[in-house]
Amino acid sequence: MLRLENISWSTPGGVGVLKGLDLEVPEGKLVVITGPNGGGKTTLAKIIAGIYKQDSGRIILDGNDISDLDITERAKLGISFAFQQPVRFKGITVRKLIELASGIKMNDGELCDILSKVGLCAREYINREVDSTLSGGEIKRIEIATVLARHTQVSVFDEPEAGIDLWSFANLINVFKDMRENLKGTLIIISHQERILEIADEIAVVADGRIKAKGPSAEMMQTLMNSKEISNVCSKQEVLL
Amino acid sequence: MEKITMDMLREISDWDGEFKGAYNIRENGGCAGRVSSKNIRIESKKDQPGLEIFIAANTKGETVSIPACVTKGGVDDLVYNDFYVGENADVTIVAGCGIHTETGEPARHNGIHRFFLGKNSRVKYLEKHIGKGHGTGLRSIDPVTEAELEEGSVLEMDTAQIGGVDRTLRKTAAKVGAGAKLLIRERILTEKEQTAKTDFVVELNGKDSGVDLISRSVARDSSHQDYHSVIIGNAPCTGHSECDAIISENGKVDAAPELHARDNDAALIHEAAIGKIAGEQILKLRTLGMTEEEAEATIIDGFLS
Repeated sequence: MLRLENISWSTPGGVGVLKGLDLEVPEGKLVVITGPNGGGKTTLAKIIAGIYKQDSGRIILDGNDISDLDITERAKLGISFAFQQPVRFKGITVRKLIELASGIKMNDGELCDILSKVGLCAREYINREVDSTLSGGEIKRIEIATVLARHTQVSVFDEPEAGIDLWSFANLINVFKDMRENLKGTLIIISHQERILEIADEIAVVADGRIKAKGPSAEMMQTLMNSKEISNVCSKQEVLL
Repeated sequence: MEKITMDMLREISDWDGEFKGAYNIRENGGCAGRVSSKNIRIESKKDQPGLEIFIAANTKGETVSIPACVTKGGVDDLVYNDFYVGENADVTIVAGCGIHTETGEPARHNGIHRFFLGKNSRVKYLEKHIGKGHGTGLRSIDPVTEAELEEGSVLEMDTAQIGGVDRTLRKTAAKVGAGAKLLIRERILTEKEQTAKTDFVVELNGKDSGVDLISRSVARDSSHQDYHSVIIGNAPCTGHSECDAIISENGKVDAAPELHARDNDAALIHEAAIGKIAGEQILKLRTLGMTEEEAEATIIDGFLS
C-alpha cells in the first residue's frame, strides 16, 4: 500500500501545484491518475519517485515513512519511474540501459522479450545508442522497457502514450494488462487516454493540486462522463483523447 | 621486457603474453621484440629512429602491433614509423603508447606515423594512450599522423586517451583520393591540470572522397582541451566533423571546426556541442538505483566507450 498524506509542493517561484493532496494506492492495483493539464499529475508522479521533494506531507509505503528518502533510495526500495520525456545518452546502448535497469547481464533472448513488449524488434535495437538517432516513439518505448525490466513494487508511468503510434499503443495496453495480472507490483499511470482509463482498477482525478474524485474504473468513467463539476476541470475532450 | 611494459601492453594493445601476427615492441626507445610475418615485413629505418612496415598487396585479416612504452622519467622518445599498405590489403594496425613514471622527471613519447594506403586497401588503426605511476614529472604523448589514401581505400582510426597523460598535442593530416574514406573516432579524457590539443587537417582531393571525424571528450577538474579540425573539399566529396564534449568541475574545452569548400559539389558539415552532463541523465539513472556519482561515471564511461 502506498499512501500520500497531505502532500503540498510549490514551484521555486512559489506557485502552489499540490495543495494538501491525499491518495491511497492499494497494493497490486493499476491506478490511473488523470485530470486537466497543469493540475499536478506529473508533479505528483515525480514526488512519488523522489524526483521532487514535497514541501510538506508524508509518503508511506507498506507502513514505512519514505518521505525523506531520495531518488536512489526509493529506486532501491522498489519504485520505478518512466519519464514523460525520456532522456538520451550518447554512447550508452539500448542493451546497456536495460541491463542497468534490470541490474543483471541479459542475453539477446531476454532483451528481446522485454523490447518486444513495447513493440521493438530487439536485434535491430540492442546495439544502438540511446541517442538522437532514435525517434521520439522509439525512445519512449525504450523508456517504458527500462521500467518493465526492473520488476519493482511500484511502477510509475508518466503519460506513457505520448509519442507512441497506434500500433504500439495497442501493445502497450496489453503490457499494462499483463503487468497487472502477472506481477504483484502496483502500477500508477498518469494518462488522459480512454483505453488506459478503461483498464484501470481505480481512477483518481487530480485537479488544482488535489484529488477531486477517486473510485473504481467503471464507476469513475461514468462519473467523468456525467459530472458537470469534474467535466469543468477535466473536459470530456481531454479525457477521451 | 620489464614488467611495467608488460602491464601497459595489456592495456594499450590487448597483449596476452604474445601478439598474433607481426609486431614490434618499443621500450624506452629500444626494441624489446620484433616479428615479421610472411605478408607483413617490419624493418628498422636506416636514417632515423623508427620502422618501415610493408604490408603486401592482398593481405587479408592480419594484424600488426607496434606498441611503445616508456617506463621511467627522463626519457624523451621520438620515433618515425612508416606504413606502406599494398593494394587490396585489409589489415588491422594496433599502435598505442603507455608512459609510466615514479619520479619527478618528465617523460615523453612522440610517435610520427605515416600511412600510405594503396588502391582499395583497408586499414583499421587502433591506438590507446595511457599514463601510469606516481611520478610528478609531466607525462607527454605527442602523436603525429600523416595519411595518404589512394583511390578506393579506407582508413578507420580509433584513438583513445583515457587518463594519466598530462600533456598531449595530437596532429593528424590526411589527403584523401577518389572514392577513398577516412573515418576517425577520437576519445579523450583529461583530469586535474592536464591539457590535450587535437588538430586535424583533411584534404578531400578525389571525386567521392569522404571523411567522418567524430571526437568525444571529457574535461574534468581544471583540465583543458582544444579541438581544431579543418576539412577542405577540393572535389565532389562529403565531410563531417563532430566534436562533443562534456565538461565538469572547472574543465575547459575549446572547439573550432573549420570547413573549406573548393568545389561546388563538396558537401561539408560540422557540429560541436559542449556542456556539462544533463541533469535529466543523472535523474534517469538514479531512478534505476544509482547514486549521483555512479550515474555520472556511467554516463562518462558510455560517452567515451
